Amino acid sequence: MSEVILQATHITKYFHDPVTVPVLNDLSMSVNKGEFVSVVGKSGCGKSTLLYVLSTMDTDYEGELWIEQQLVTGQKEKQLARIRNEKIGFVFQFHYLLNEFSVLKNVMLPGLKLNKYSAEEIEHRAMERLKMLDIDELALKGANQLSGGQKQRVAIARALINDPAIIMGDEPTGNLDKKNGEIVFDIFKELATQYHQTLLVVTHDLEFAQNTNRIIEMEDGKVIRQ
Amino acid sequence: MNYRLIVNIAVSLLKARWRQTLVAAIGVTFSITMFIALLSFMTGLNGLLDGLILNRTPHVRIYNDIKPTKGQPVTLAPENKTAHNFIRSVKSASGRLEIYNSAAILDLLHHDSRVLGVAPKIVAPVFFNAGTIDITGVVNGIDVQAESSLFHFYEYIVAGNAIDLKNVPNSIILGKGVAEKLLAELGDVVQVTTSQGEMMPLKVVGYFQSGLQDFDKVQCYTSINTAQKLLGKPNNYLTDIQIKLHDLNGAPAVAREYGGLFQADTEDIQTANSQFETGSFIRTLISYSVGITLLIVAGFGIYNILNMMIYEKMDAIAIMKATGFSGADVNRIFIVIALSIGLAGGAAGLVFGYILSVVINHIPFKTAALPTISTFPVNYNPVFYVIATVFSLVTTYLAGFFPARKASKVDPVVIIRGK
Repeated sequence: MSEVILQATHITKYFHDPVTVPVLNDLSMSVNKGEFVSVVGKSGCGKSTLLYVLSTMDTDYEGELWIEQQLVTGQKEKQLARIRNEKIGFVFQFHYLLNEFSVLKNVMLPGLKLNKYSAEEIEHRAMERLKMLDIDELALKGANQLSGGQKQRVAIARALINDPAIIMGDEPTGNLDKKNGEIVFDIFKELATQYHQTLLVVTHDLEFAQNTNRIIEMEDGKVIRQ
Repeated sequence: MNYRLIVNIAVSLLKARWRQTLVAAIGVTFSITMFIALLSFMTGLNGLLDGLILNRTPHVRIYNDIKPTKGQPVTLAPENKTAHNFIRSVKSASGRLEIYNSAAILDLLHHDSRVLGVAPKIVAPVFFNAGTIDITGVVNGIDVQAESSLFHFYEYIVAGNAIDLKNVPNSIILGKGVAEKLLAELGDVVQVTTSQGEMMPLKVVGYFQSGLQDFDKVQCYTSINTAQKLLGKPNNYLTDIQIKLHDLNGAPAVAREYGGLFQADTEDIQTANSQFETGSFIRTLISYSVGITLLIVAGFGIYNILNMMIYEKMDAIAIMKATGFSGADVNRIFIVIALSIGLAGGAAGLVFGYILSVVINHIPFKTAALPTISTFPVNYNPVFYVIATVFSLVTTYLAGFFPARKASKVDPVVIIRGK
């Protein structure tokens, strides 16, 4: 039995606007270390909502969430920010890079916030990750000078900077053309196989899901198959 | 807490919006500039106007007024204690204006540690005889040196030399208005008649101009000895003793004390010139309120720009929060932005405020009423600069506070899902 990275038990969440509807209904799931898990389901089945609960950004839920055997539910905003900084890497559908900064600085920011290494070392680590994703020659460009596929790769590099326990993706290929989508998927696959990085990706791209280790299928706020 | 990172991010956000930042900073600069220039100029003018009167007014004046005795004998008599006094039309006795035992009083005053200086004076109403007409005037017998050091006497001499009053026997300095009426040139001799009818020729050695027309039309100055001779009095005769204290605010208490001690009338500067204090207070108040209004307007400018920046940077805030920046971090970033606008704009404002004050100080300003002034007066008081600095930081902090709080409360889920 391998180590459990992320565990959610009896998660229930309601949307209150305009009427109270349950989005997540007594949902339990876990992700083990080194797994590449995808969450699929129809639009509105609550898969994105689940991801935001698991990511600690959404705190308005019932149930319990554990990350690396640490209870996350009920923690203060500051602690949650620290957990996100240290243990979770994000890749969104949109790249969300800060246009004010260079590519390198964008990748370095979470590392600088964590303040575990010196600035020079963070820069070195950022360059390593950019090199790994084959975009090191873009390091000094502005974030808004990049193409969509390049931006998404920078976002992945940023997610990797603090060696997170888990990388979460919310439709990471949803906004990309087929070629770039494949590149991003290959990167994820490589992270999982070569670096044993734990990944949890929400997607509605079934082809993408089929190539992952495990598929969690959701419907109406419940896991129907995993 | 990683302040370098926060400052770094704040600077990058500022650079990305440098035009708006510049406009906000210019707003602060303008208001601080105006605040300093306005207050320096206003208080400079205040000082000038107050100086017109206050420089020449003793803090405490000892004199003997002509007035009926408070306790008339008929009421003092013990047998009349229960009676009603219906005597009307009581007249003042021809009491002496002279201060009794003036030499001893002067000696005591010179040894009082609260006293900065003492200037004795003789005031005598006179007539100037010019041809067939007599012009009324007042001759002030003064100690020129004491009067100059305590009351800036020499500053108001527009022709001739103040010290000639002491060096030239039987000399007089005429008020500018009096001199014009008498057509008296420097070196001329004018005839002076006292109220007792004694006549004496005096040589004009200078003109005096205070800036107050009515004052200059009657006031003239001689030395104390000349005044004593003119009045036919001995050389211990004095009608006024003017005192300057180290602490102006102690004047009323000292005046009361001396009044009891010397059995004479006393008047303190606060009673004599209360209207000037009210005037300068109100002028200062107006300057401060205009200056502070300017700063508050600048504060709203900063508030606006930060608010706009936060709406524009919602995505950036959301992603920073998603990647581990806490609400407090985001709050600090925007407070740093606000404060740096305030600091940069404020510093430039201090410099421009000083420059503008210097410019105002060099604008020619000539008026017959103020002979000693050639340019607008400016008060370079460092206190204004301190107030401006503190206030610019406080306003910009407050202007940044609410937008920063809003930014810190941005829910990343709402922003990210909204796409």
